[in-house]
Amino acid sequence: MHKIQSFPEYQVPGAQHQDFSPYESNGGSIVAIAGEDYVVIAADTRLSSGYTIHTRKQNKLFQLSEKTVLGSTGCWCDTLALTSLVNARMQMYEHLHLKTMSTEAVAQMLSILMYNRRFFPYYVSNVLAGLDSEGKGVVYSYDPIGHCERTTYRAGGSAGTLLQPVLDNQIGGKDRDVKNKPKVPLEKAKEVAKDAFISAAERDIYTGDSVILKVITKDGITEEEVQLRKD
Amino acid sequence: MNMELVRNVPKGGFNFDNCKRNEMLLSSGFQHPKTVKTGTTIAGIIFKDGVILGADTRATEGPIVSDKNCSKIHYLAKNMYCCGAGTAADTEMTTDLIASQLEMHRLNTGRQVPVVAANTLLKQFLFRYQGHISAALVLGGVDKTGSYIYCIHPHGSTDKLPYATMGSGSLAAMSVFESRWKPDMTEEEGKLLVRDAIAAGVFNDLGSGSNIDLCVIRKDSVDYLRNYELANLKGKRHGDYRFKPGTTELVGKEEIIEVVPFEAFHKKLYGDETAEAMEVGA
Repeated sequence: MHKIQSFPEYQVPGAQHQDFSPYESNGGSIVAIAGEDYVVIAADTRLSSGYTIHTRKQNKLFQLSEKTVLGSTGCWCDTLALTSLVNARMQMYEHLHLKTMSTEAVAQMLSILMYNRRFFPYYVSNVLAGLDSEGKGVVYSYDPIGHCERTTYRAGGSAGTLLQPVLDNQIGGKDRDVKNKPKVPLEKAKEVAKDAFISAAERDIYTGDSVILKVITKDGITEEEVQLRKD
Repeated sequence: MNMELVRNVPKGGFNFDNCKRNEMLLSSGFQHPKTVKTGTTIAGIIFKDGVILGADTRATEGPIVSDKNCSKIHYLAKNMYCCGAGTAADTEMTTDLIASQLEMHRLNTGRQVPVVAANTLLKQFLFRYQGHISAALVLGGVDKTGSYIYCIHPHGSTDKLPYATMGSGSLAAMSVFESRWKPDMTEEEGKLLVRDAIAAGVFNDLGSGSNIDLCVIRKDSVDYLRNYELANLKGKRHGDYRFKPGTTELVGKEEIIEVVPFEAFHKKLYGDETAEAMEVGA
């Protein structure tokens, strides 16, 4: 049997090892609401860390195709790395198959790309909105390691926990007369999305400045911007 | 009075009974509940005829705004006010305690209390607790000997300064003072400068926000300007979010509820001698 010789300790005075923290939370919130033939996705434009604002006009919505938009918040550098990877993969798909990726396909790919980093995840909160192959509005929401869920409405990001119950009530019709639940028209969806952000900016310090709202229909994508609190 | 109650009347000062228990809980993974922090911008300057104090009005619990219009300029004495940053309870209790000590001192001496006295009481109190009382203060006041601004740190060190800032927005506010403060400013100039300093904190520091409070202290008058400026108006929502009656579905059968008058109900419970029992508080 070997006698394992232990190494001497090489601790020397002077510079000590510091823990490296690879993640940073840059804040921001997303809301997405899908209807029969449309989908609305909105994100605020404040990029911050700790108690400081980096910029008041950072668009967090990434248009991936004519029918698909991704909203991404969390660690901004991870958002950039992930979205550029998604873009590259979508281009490869287009060259290989001579067609644009469907929203369902993008949703599945995003899940796989995120799970690929299972043990060093992209620290992001993703909400994918788009029209499916039948032209219906869909929303996919993710956790940081790639769990994917298809829904009709979703809130994510720093004020996600504040916004989701509002959507549950106003869009999902929870705690209401479920039998007579009306379909949500586009105008109502836009209104709730904007108002939810106005209220979130009141209570979440990482949400504010302005909100960019994208509406995807079969006729294309329109964009509008609403101002929020700046403090 | 009931003796059981007397036994439970707390003694003066802090109670450290649970320290050992909390230490044990903490080491086994328990997490402290969050305290309300006034991640704040507070500031004060000396101008020609006295001092001007300023503060924002946001209180936070982590990333959540817990109070959108709280008051951070605390009363110490007729000629002295004190802005507080840090843990909300600490700044409030500290200033309240010192205010009462100052009033006792004034009654004992029969004189207006000088600002140095307040500074000494505050720093000695904070030093005693070795920084565990998280109060960062900007003390301002006018007495017989002149106008004073003191900056008091949680561990008990103090600075006597012509202009001072504290809280998470202190750098933003100080940048305004460093570029524009000068000796012997007029009241109007001074108010504008402090307003701008607090506004710098409100807009550039996420721990600060909402409105701006000012307090002008002169030789023999004080203007406490609560909500001097509403720097941020609440966003206007477009939808109507009132619920129609009957929005929530009734589960089970609808029952007719019997309305019983209060007197009859009480009689049913306690009989006739309820009248005296009701007057305990008097």
